[in-house]
Amino acid sequence: MSKLVPVPSRGMVPERDAASPPVLETLHLGIDFGGLVAVDDFNLLIGRTEISGLIGPNGAGKTTVFNLLTNVYKPTRGTIILGDKDTAGMNTSQVCRAGIARTFQNIRLFKDMTVAENVMVGLHHDITYHILGAVLRTPRYWRDEKKARERALDMLSIFNMQDMGDIKAGALPYGAQRRLEIVRALATKPLILLLDEPAAGMNPSETAELMENITKIRDTYQIAILLIEHDMKLVMGICEGIAVLNYGKIIAKGTPDEISSNPAVIEAYLGKKEA
Amino acid sequence: MSLFSTIVSQFMNGLQTGSVYALVALGYSMVYGIILLLNFAHGDIIMVGAYTAWLFMVNFGQSPIIAVIAAIAACTVLGVVIEKVAYTPLRKAPRLSLLITAIGISFLLENLAQIIFGAGAKPVPAIVNVPAILLGSVSLSGTAIVTIVVSVVSMILLNLLIKKSKMGKAMRAVSEDTGAAQLMGISLNKTITFTFAVGSALAGIGSVLYCAAYPQASPTMGAMLGLKAFVAAVLGGIGSIPGAMIGGFAIGLAEAAASAFGLSVWKDAVVFGILIIVLVVKPTGLLGRNLQEKV
Amino acid sequence: MINTVLFVVLLTGSTGLVNSGSVSNYYTRVLILCGINMILALSLNIATGYLGQLPLGHAGFMALGAYTSAIFMRGVTVSPDAVFPLGILIGGMTAAFVGFLIGIPALRLKGDYLAIITLGFGEIIRVVLLNIDSVLGFKLTYGAASLKNIPKTTNFFNTFLCVAVTCFVIHTIMKSRHGRAILSIRDNEIAAEACGINTTYYKTFGFTLSAFFAGVAGALYAGYLGVISPAAFGFMKSIEILVTVVLGGMGSMIGSIISATVLTALPELLRAFSQYRMIAYSLLLIVVMIFKPTGLMGSYDFSLSTLLSKLGGKPKPKPLPEKEDEPHE
Repeated sequence: MSKLVPVPSRGMVPERDAASPPVLETLHLGIDFGGLVAVDDFNLLIGRTEISGLIGPNGAGKTTVFNLLTNVYKPTRGTIILGDKDTAGMNTSQVCRAGIARTFQNIRLFKDMTVAENVMVGLHHDITYHILGAVLRTPRYWRDEKKARERALDMLSIFNMQDMGDIKAGALPYGAQRRLEIVRALATKPLILLLDEPAAGMNPSETAELMENITKIRDTYQIAILLIEHDMKLVMGICEGIAVLNYGKIIAKGTPDEISSNPAVIEAYLGKKEA
Repeated sequence: MSLFSTIVSQFMNGLQTGSVYALVALGYSMVYGIILLLNFAHGDIIMVGAYTAWLFMVNFGQSPIIAVIAAIAACTVLGVVIEKVAYTPLRKAPRLSLLITAIGISFLLENLAQIIFGAGAKPVPAIVNVPAILLGSVSLSGTAIVTIVVSVVSMILLNLLIKKSKMGKAMRAVSEDTGAAQLMGISLNKTITFTFAVGSALAGIGSVLYCAAYPQASPTMGAMLGLKAFVAAVLGGIGSIPGAMIGGFAIGLAEAAASAFGLSVWKDAVVFGILIIVLVVKPTGLLGRNLQEKV
Repeated sequence: MINTVLFVVLLTGSTGLVNSGSVSNYYTRVLILCGINMILALSLNIATGYLGQLPLGHAGFMALGAYTSAIFMRGVTVSPDAVFPLGILIGGMTAAFVGFLIGIPALRLKGDYLAIITLGFGEIIRVVLLNIDSVLGFKLTYGAASLKNIPKTTNFFNTFLCVAVTCFVIHTIMKSRHGRAILSIRDNEIAAEACGINTTYYKTFGFTLSAFFAGVAGALYAGYLGVISPAAFGFMKSIEILVTVVLGGMGSMIGSIISATVLTALPELLRAFSQYRMIAYSLLLIVVMIFKPTGLMGSYDFSLSTLLSKLGGKPKPKPLPEKEDEPHE
C-alpha cells in the first residue's frame, strides 16, 4: 500500500504525488437545505494520481458531496479548488470541462443511444467541427467522426466492451451499464474521476475485476479517482486515502489501516459497544 | 360619471370576472396538484355548462334554478367521464401524452359544440335578476355582487372540504405522495375522480356566473376563459388552492385595470404578460410548492 | 450522401411533372400546402422530438415569418419572384431572432412550465400583430383587416426546395456531434451536463432553429395565400402543428412528413365532410395517444443507407452477454 506524506498545512497525499500539485482540494465545504445542515466543514485533499475513498453510513451525505463537487448544488460555504482554479460560480458542464467527471448512484446513461454514442457524447469537446461543418459535411467532419468512433471503441476496450458499440445502452445488463458510465466519464478527459458506488450490485468476482480495472484506469490515464463505496473489500483494497463521513461531517481520515482501527469509525458503523 | 364611480365600477368588474377565473382556476390547480396534468379541457367544460343552461332555459323552458342545477350537474358528470375515459388509461404514460390528450379533448368538445349548436353565439336568458345596489353616488351591479358572493362562499366551502373532510385529507395526501397515500389504504381512483368532480362542479358554478355577466353561449367561449383562468392558477401557484383564488382575482383586476386605462384591446397581452413575468421571476407562483429532482 | 441524391432526383422529377401541366392546378395547390405543413411539422419536431420540449406557441413564429416576408415583398419594386428567396430568409431570420429572445426565459423552465410560457408568448405575438398599427401610428400589419396584395410567389418548386433544405439541414445536424448533444439532453439532461455538454447553448440553438424554419414556412404561406391576418396564427394553429408532429411520431422526420401530407391532403380530398374534419382530428389524436403514446412512427428515422444495408442482408449484431443479477436493495 502506498505511503501517505503530508503536504504542509493542507493534508496528506501519496508519496509519489508529493512533487506535483494536488488535483482537488476542498476547504470548509458545506451546504444547508433549509434548516438541515447536510454537509459541514468538509476538508479534503486529493493527490494527482491518488485513489481516494469516501465512506460512511447511509444518509451521511456522500452523494451530496459529489453533487457539491460538480456544482449540481451550490455550496452554502467553503471553496473547491480544482488544480489551480476555484470552481465557484461554474455550472456543472463547466466543472466537467475543467476536469471533474462523475458517475451516478442510479445510473444515468443515455438509454436511447448506442454504447458507442454514449461514449462519443463524452468525447464531445474532443471533436472540433462546428455546426456549419456538420451541415456541409466537410472533410473535417468525416475525419473527426471516424476518429471519435475509433477512440470510443478503444476506450470501451478497458472493459472489453469494444464489440458492443452498436447495442442500445438501455438494453445492456446492469453491470455493463455501470461500466459504460465509467467509460463515458473517462471520455471527458478528467483530472479526477468521481465514482458513485461503482460496485453496487456486483458479485465478488466482478468486484475483484472492477478493482483491477480502476487501478488500471488510474495507471493508464494518470488521473485521480474519488469513490463512494459500501463494499469494504474494494475500499480497503485499492484506496490509498479514505475519508469517513457521518451526519455530514468527516469523522476520520487516513490510510485503510488507520481507518479500520479507528474507534470513531467503528462506532459510526456498528454503534457504541454495550458497557 | 365621476372618476370615483368609474374606478369602483371597474373594480367591481374586475372582481366579477376574477371570481369566475378563480372558480375555474381552482379546478386547474386541484387537478394539477393531484395528477400533475394541465387539464386543457377544463375551460371547455364551462362552455358545456353554458350550453346546458341555455338548453334548459330556452329549449326546455325551465326556470333559472333548474337550469343552474342542470349546468352544474352536467359539468361534474362531463369532468368525471373525461377523467375515466381519457386520463385514467394514460396514468402510466409520459406526461406529454397526457397533455396532448387533454388538448385533444378540448378540441373535440369545441368542435362537437360547433356541429350541434352551430358556430354562432346563443343568447342565454338572464339567470340572475338582482337589482343594482346604490351606495351613495355609486351603483354596484347586482349581478356582480351575486357573482362575488357565490364565488367566495364556494371557495370557503371548498376550503372546509379540503381541510376537514376525509376525502379532503385523501386529496391532500395523494398530492403529496401518491405511493404513500395508497399504502395508507387511500383509493387512488376514488380520490382522483372526486377531485375531478369537485373541480368540474366549481367550473359549472363558474359557467353559470359567467353567463350571468355575459349572457351568451358559443363553442369557443371556454378557450380564452380557460387559458386566462389557467394563468390565474399559475400566478397563484399551481397546486395551491388559496393561490388559485388570489390568482383569479388578480387577473380579473388586471384586466379591468387595462380596460380602465383604455387598453382593452391589449387585455389578452396583459394577462399573458403577467404569465411570463411570473414564470420568469417565480415559476412556482405566489403560493406554490417547489419540486426538486433528485440527483 | 445517398439521401441527398434521392432528394435531388425526387425534386427535379416532380417539378418537371408539375410544370408540364400533368398535375391539375387544384392538386398543385394542395401539394404546396402539404409542403408548407411539412416544414412546420419538421420545425416543431426539432423542439419536441429532439429537444424533448413542448412549445405551444409555434404559430407565433410562423406569423412573424409570414408578416415580415409579406411586408418586405409588398415593398419591393423589382421582380417579386427573384426577390422571394430573400423574403423567405428575412421571415426565417426574424422568427429565429424572436425565438432566441423567447428562449432566454423559456428554456430555463421545464416541461409544463415551458409549454405554458411559450403559449403565452405565442398569444402575445398574435395580439401585437393585431394591434400594433394603433401604436405605431401607421399601417404596418393592418391587423384584423388583413394584410392584402402579397405577391403570390410561392410555387411547387420553391416550396419543395425549402422542404428539401429543411430536411437536409436537420438531418445533417442530428447525425453529428451536435445532434448527439441535443439528443443527450432529451435523454438525461443531468448526465449531459455532467459530460460537459453546454445544455443552455444547445437548447437555445435547437429552439432558435425550430423558430427559423417555422418562419420560412410562414413566408411561404404568405406567398401562397396572398392575404394574411393574425387570427390564422392563434393557439389553434399551434395545436394543429403539434397534432401533426405527435401523430407522425416525435423525433421522426419521415413521420412528420407523412403526417403532414395525410393531415393536409385528407381534409382537402374529403371536402364533403369538412364539418367532421375537426372531430376526426381530435378523436384521432386522443386514440393515438391512448394506444401509441410515441406517435405512429415513434422515433423512427428513415435512412436510405440503413434500408439498403438491411435489404442487402447485413449480419445480425452479436448476441448480448447473459443478463447479470439485478442488485439487491
